[in-house]
Amino acid sequence: MSGAKPKLAVFKFASCDGCQLQLLNREEELLPLAERVEFAHFLEASSRVTDGPWDVVLIEGSVTTAHDAERIRAIRAQARFLVTIGACATSGGIQALRNVADVESWKRQVYPHPEWIETLATSTPISDHVHVDAEIQGCPVNGEQVLRVLSRLLLGATPDLPLASVCIECKRRDATCVLVSRGIPCMGPVTRAGCGAICPALGRDCYGCFGPAADAHPASLVRHFEASGLTRADALRRLRHINGWRGEFRTLAETLEKAGD
Amino acid sequence: MTETRTIHVNALARVEGEGALHLRVKNGAVVDLRLEIYEPPRFFEALVRGRRASELPDLLSRICGICPVAYQMSAVHAIEAAWQVEVHPRVRALRRLFYAGEWIESHLLHMTFLNAPDFLHLDDGIQIARLHRAEVERALRLRKLGNRILILLGGRSVNPVGVKIGGFHRIPTRAELADLGDELRRARGEAEALLHWFGTLPVPSRPQDIELVALRHPLEYGICEGRIVSSKGVDVAAPDWDTAFEEAQVPHSTALHARLRRDGGRYLVGPLARVTLNADRLSPRAGAARTRLAPRFAAPDPASSVFARGIEVLQAVDESIAVIEGFEPFTPWPDPAPRAGVGHGATEAPRGILYTSVETDADGLVRNIRIVPPTSQNQAQIEADLRALAPAILTLSNDDARRLCEAAIRDYDPCISCATHFLTLTIERRDSCASA
Repeated sequence: MSGAKPKLAVFKFASCDGCQLQLLNREEELLPLAERVEFAHFLEASSRVTDGPWDVVLIEGSVTTAHDAERIRAIRAQARFLVTIGACATSGGIQALRNVADVESWKRQVYPHPEWIETLATSTPISDHVHVDAEIQGCPVNGEQVLRVLSRLLLGATPDLPLASVCIECKRRDATCVLVSRGIPCMGPVTRAGCGAICPALGRDCYGCFGPAADAHPASLVRHFEASGLTRADALRRLRHINGWRGEFRTLAETLEKAGD
Repeated sequence: MTETRTIHVNALARVEGEGALHLRVKNGAVVDLRLEIYEPPRFFEALVRGRRASELPDLLSRICGICPVAYQMSAVHAIEAAWQVEVHPRVRALRRLFYAGEWIESHLLHMTFLNAPDFLHLDDGIQIARLHRAEVERALRLRKLGNRILILLGGRSVNPVGVKIGGFHRIPTRAELADLGDELRRARGEAEALLHWFGTLPVPSRPQDIELVALRHPLEYGICEGRIVSSKGVDVAAPDWDTAFEEAQVPHSTALHARLRRDGGRYLVGPLARVTLNADRLSPRAGAARTRLAPRFAAPDPASSVFARGIEVLQAVDESIAVIEGFEPFTPWPDPAPRAGVGHGATEAPRGILYTSVETDADGLVRNIRIVPPTSQNQAQIEADLRALAPAILTLSNDDARRLCEAAIRDYDPCISCATHFLTLTIERRDSCASA
């Protein structure tokens, strides 16, 4: 990479554009970043498109169509490092709620001509399809984290992402614990840090949008929720949310559902 | 001699979400035109059924990373109507501030990064920054201020977390708002300077006969409340949306288009419609800017939308200052009790009216929801606009024709991610631009 600027590409799959926008939201860093890397494929920001191979490819969104399952393989073949940004690319996203529902009936609910809809029965993370070099969780991702991962990859270092839970960030910003002080069913204890504990800081529950923390043990947290009066159906809604198809959130929801009440 | 040309743009750049354009011209007339939406469906209207209505602000914000506040606002208004919740005037005021933050953020993104490169024949905002660094930095500073409003009330600007049914999870302190107010007052001059700069750019002109639709409030510039009115006689309240508009499937695009029930006609929502229909509700500064730009608004012209956005940035800054200056601290009250019912909400997303209806049961679970985003309402108008470009296209190279069409689409700031019920389409998507 000596001489030429490293080439950065951003590709979108099923998603809301919000994680790409988090890059554009780094107002102060955006122009300096453009001096260090070449935006070789970033359709939301530029109509200039340069073919691969690319040094770093950021993937936003989940795989929900057969065409996209092919497309991600073609992109991987051109990527030196492939990094997923956000809950959709990393866990399947909110649209992965279809994975435990009847997609055919969903089609009929939303579209007058369901037979025209071309979609898979599942919404799956990128790692189900190709090798992923780093996964940045969050709905949306923390833009600062994305820039850090970019820098480290381009410097030849391993990306360092937070492993701890939101509780750590809550303590760090001196926010009152909503779970202990007000009995609110907060997902913070099992959710990965990275947001800055914005929900508890506003006096409300974390709803797990950064996905399970590395050492998450949601079973004991849910036991506590239920002991405090939360119904099983509401406990399942806590787990089956934006990251409901990832790790411990997914397996616990499956266990609880099988166990019934 | 017969001449047939096919213009195909595989992936539209500098729009939110993914779409393509297919245009076929034969003997000077358009024989086929499709604005193709291949954003994979995410089934929001299905996935929220059976969820708690109180979860909707968190779930529906995920429809669009650029205008999450709009989805939150239309939904909470619909639920509050269904549950007969009386919203406190102080909450109303803070909602206007919150929404103004989104307008500032979204409008500046579009004006500077998506739209302006077209006027300067460049690829992106970064290239503009090389030539007009001060202007781009000014736009970034203003945009950051919009994001600051969102962060104060919502914790973050993308998928903010502060909104709940009946109000906000946390009410900001007087000191926090005073700080923001100082910055906003300084930003007035910046917003005016930026709009002035856009006035010096070679922005094209395409005046045409368009029915404009926007919210109209008796006293305010319509944002969260008001009747849905048009430049040609529509005048309904949000619950009567269905009496004036309908959604229909159009064979050539397989997308749900909204159209006028009266005659099946197309219409336009968004900043151009708002600035035209609510000119008399603008703040003095925004109104003065509009007067200076009056020739651009003499007839509906989609290419003038960039000026409408600039005027609305001024409006949003002034609205925000007014809310902050009139702010009285208060404590959030208890969450409203759910009840069985149907409610409707229509609010002005940055791109235009976003209509939502929600039905809940007595436990507050969502039984049914319907969302009509602004881009699905504008799609028929976008296609009509492109069709009218056909004569111009014939004289251009394919590359130039493609650029012209893409720029015309961008004038509408289409938000394709928002397409809650656009359909997938694969026809000829992989074809490249060809001339036959």
